[in-house]
Amino acid sequence: MIEFRDVRKSFGEARPVLDGLSFSVAEGETLALVGPSGCGKTTALKLVNRLLDHDSGEVRVFGRDVRGEDPIALRRRLGYVIQEAGLFPHWSVKENVEAVPRLLGWKQAERHARSEELLALVALPAAEYGERRPRQLSGGQRQRVGVARALAADPPVLLMDEPFGALDPIARRSMQKEFLDWKRRLRKAVLLVTHDLREAFRLGDRVAILDRGKARQTGTPREILAAPADDFVREFVSDELPGAPP
Amino acid sequence: MLVVVSTALAVGIGVPLGVALTRRPRLARPVLGFANVVQTIPSLALFGFLIPIPFIGGIGARTAIAALIVYALLPILRNTHAGIASVDPAVIESATGLGMTKRQRLWLVELPLALPVVLAGVRIATVVSIGLATIAAAIGAGGLGVLIYRGVAIVDHRLILAGAVPAALLALAADAGLGFAERRLR
Ligand SMILES: Nc1ncnc2c1ncn2[C@@H]1O[C@H](COP(=O)(O)OP(=O)(O)O)[C@@H](O)[C@H]1O
Ligand SMILES: [Mg+2]
Repeated sequence: MIEFRDVRKSFGEARPVLDGLSFSVAEGETLALVGPSGCGKTTALKLVNRLLDHDSGEVRVFGRDVRGEDPIALRRRLGYVIQEAGLFPHWSVKENVEAVPRLLGWKQAERHARSEELLALVALPAAEYGERRPRQLSGGQRQRVGVARALAADPPVLLMDEPFGALDPIARRSMQKEFLDWKRRLRKAVLLVTHDLREAFRLGDRVAILDRGKARQTGTPREILAAPADDFVREFVSDELPGAPP
Repeated sequence: MLVVVSTALAVGIGVPLGVALTRRPRLARPVLGFANVVQTIPSLALFGFLIPIPFIGGIGARTAIAALIVYALLPILRNTHAGIASVDPAVIESATGLGMTKRQRLWLVELPLALPVVLAGVRIATVVSIGLATIAAAIGAGGLGVLIYRGVAIVDHRLILAGAVPAALLALAADAGLGFAERRLR
């Protein structure tokens, strides 16, 4: 569903942020892109929905080069969840969830049915939470609304940038559990970005470890633990997961 | 009344211009700086400058409206620019990321969120304009200022107050009314 081939992107400094990044995300699969802060994870994600454009290489979504796609139409087929949720503060929870269906011109009855269904999925029943404003919700609840909003038009692909990064450890843990539950039910292709290897191993079917603009290793958590590809991966894993097999 | 016309026109010019400045950050500083300088020209001098200019100039209400627009423009322009620039970048990013066009983002997200700040600018503009409008009587624009000038000329305090008190009350009422609308929107 998503494919990066030898992608390069720089912001004009000497060293490019992404320097030959390659990986792919299959249908129904969750790929967790993990690496230290500032290594270019967000940049990579934004190349997919064309909030940024790459310099060279290829970014393909749904089998087609993103550079040939209309960015507006492309974004409406890609769910997007960011760390601070970015909910529209002047709209109710329901209106937030119905944002993309509204842009797509769905009828009101269809929109309402959809937002009720999704709010139920993220455990915020519309009857109780639908009319609230984002500021009347906790951080975890806002993040759930962010997920519901991203899923509203039933996009086959979901892009998530540190979606649980701003939550306290307890809320994060419970959101991670729920994520696994949504994932099983919805079977979307998910590209999830995080700096937390533990989270990447929990949520990703496969994990790509990013360093100096490249994926150092891509594989299932088991593969990475069993055979780290190089010293960077070995150290990253032993620093982040003390107690894991060397 | 002069102020209603001039403020409405200043909103019509200032808001689109303020929005345009957020799209061209490099222009924002010089334009806002220039508007600041214009603001410091004494009002009587500005009225004087405008009189010889064809079409907008001359003696009367038209010149007064042009001058009031000039003064009302800065707070409206500045607040529109500041209001839109202060919208949470995460909100802008998600609006774009969800597939809003630039125009949808402006009308559905940026302007509604900037509205209280824009309205605060309109409020300042209105109050300032009411004060200035009394001076416009000096160039024959009429209004409450006429009473004040006549009172000063013949040293009649009651006549001065008959012009000044309603003008002050008007300014207070406009301030309170727009302040209320602004709070309702927050
Ligand atoms: N718009 C931008 N302009 C210039 N530099 C940027 C921009 N966005 C990101 N960068 C730089 O690119 C690097 C990677 O950023 P980012 O992709 O946000 O990292 P991550 O999400 O992995 O923390 C950082 O050094 C950052 O300063
Ligand atoms: Mg990031």
